[in-house]
Amino acid sequence: MACVSPDGKPTESGTKMLHALQAGLKSPEETAQETGLPLFRVRSGLRELTQAGLADQSGEKYKLSPRGIEMLGTSST
Amino acid sequence: MEEIREQQNYMLRIGEPAPAFEAVTTHGTLKLEDFKGSWLILFSHPADFTPVCTTEFMAFTEIYPELQKRGVELLGLSVDSVSSHIAWVRNVEEKTKVKIPFPIIADLNKEVSLAYGMIHPGQSKTETVRCVFIIDPNQIIRTILYYPLTTGRNMDEILRVIDALQTTDKNGVATPANWRPGDKVVVPPPNTQEMAEERLKQGYECTDWYLCKKKL
Repeated sequence: MACVSPDGKPTESGTKMLHALQAGLKSPEETAQETGLPLFRVRSGLRELTQAGLADQSGEKYKLSPRGIEMLGTSST
Repeated sequence: MEEIREQQNYMLRIGEPAPAFEAVTTHGTLKLEDFKGSWLILFSHPADFTPVCTTEFMAFTEIYPELQKRGVELLGLSVDSVSSHIAWVRNVEEKTKVKIPFPIIADLNKEVSLAYGMIHPGQSKTETVRCVFIIDPNQIIRTILYYPLTTGRNMDEILRVIDALQTTDKNGVATPANWRPGDKVVVPPPNTQEMAEERLKQGYECTDWYLCKKKL
């Protein structure tokens, strides 16, 4: 996976996307704009982060999951 | 076997929707729909660690900024593993200082190659030939180019086709032979006699009623 390492931790681009979701629900387009990543990478990345349990999908938008919040808290300390 | 032969003979046509796929790439698992809203150049090469392909990847990397300005993404493909792609991309960077910025599909099971008719048994039964599929933001195939294994692609032509397609979409015109951005474009031919007569009064540069050009 490109955004989540085999050990379940987000990669650099995955972490960028998780940080972008910290402010609340975001669409892939908004996340791409905020992270500077190409839209196709963000769409596949958000899918991976969701499958890994780090983000939750709500309609067309995404937000941090409780595990994603915990992961960001852990990585920032 | 018969099914494989039929799949190998299957050829896509321009104007048709691009076949959907989900594929393992050097940038993770990507679906065709991830590129919705962008132009996409899906191109195949015969194999990693081969000379012509290496020059092509360097050339695609060189035009990538120009493609991005035009809203175009690149996606490579060959029947190699993702480990082989990663090793090759790293080798190209180490030897030439060129970092390949776009994803490459590892199509080991040939799922995408067969769906897109990229294997031409007359050239090779196992490798993909040098195909270029230009797919528009609505995921319709707009141009298909095939090159043999021994002939590297011309990046100027690929950029020119993108410019021509985008100019056509934006302005409802056609582009003449050897057209380049800034050149005069062809006004679509009239459908009725009345339109043909009116056409000649509209100030276009007309050779005759059916061949009129204008500046954009």
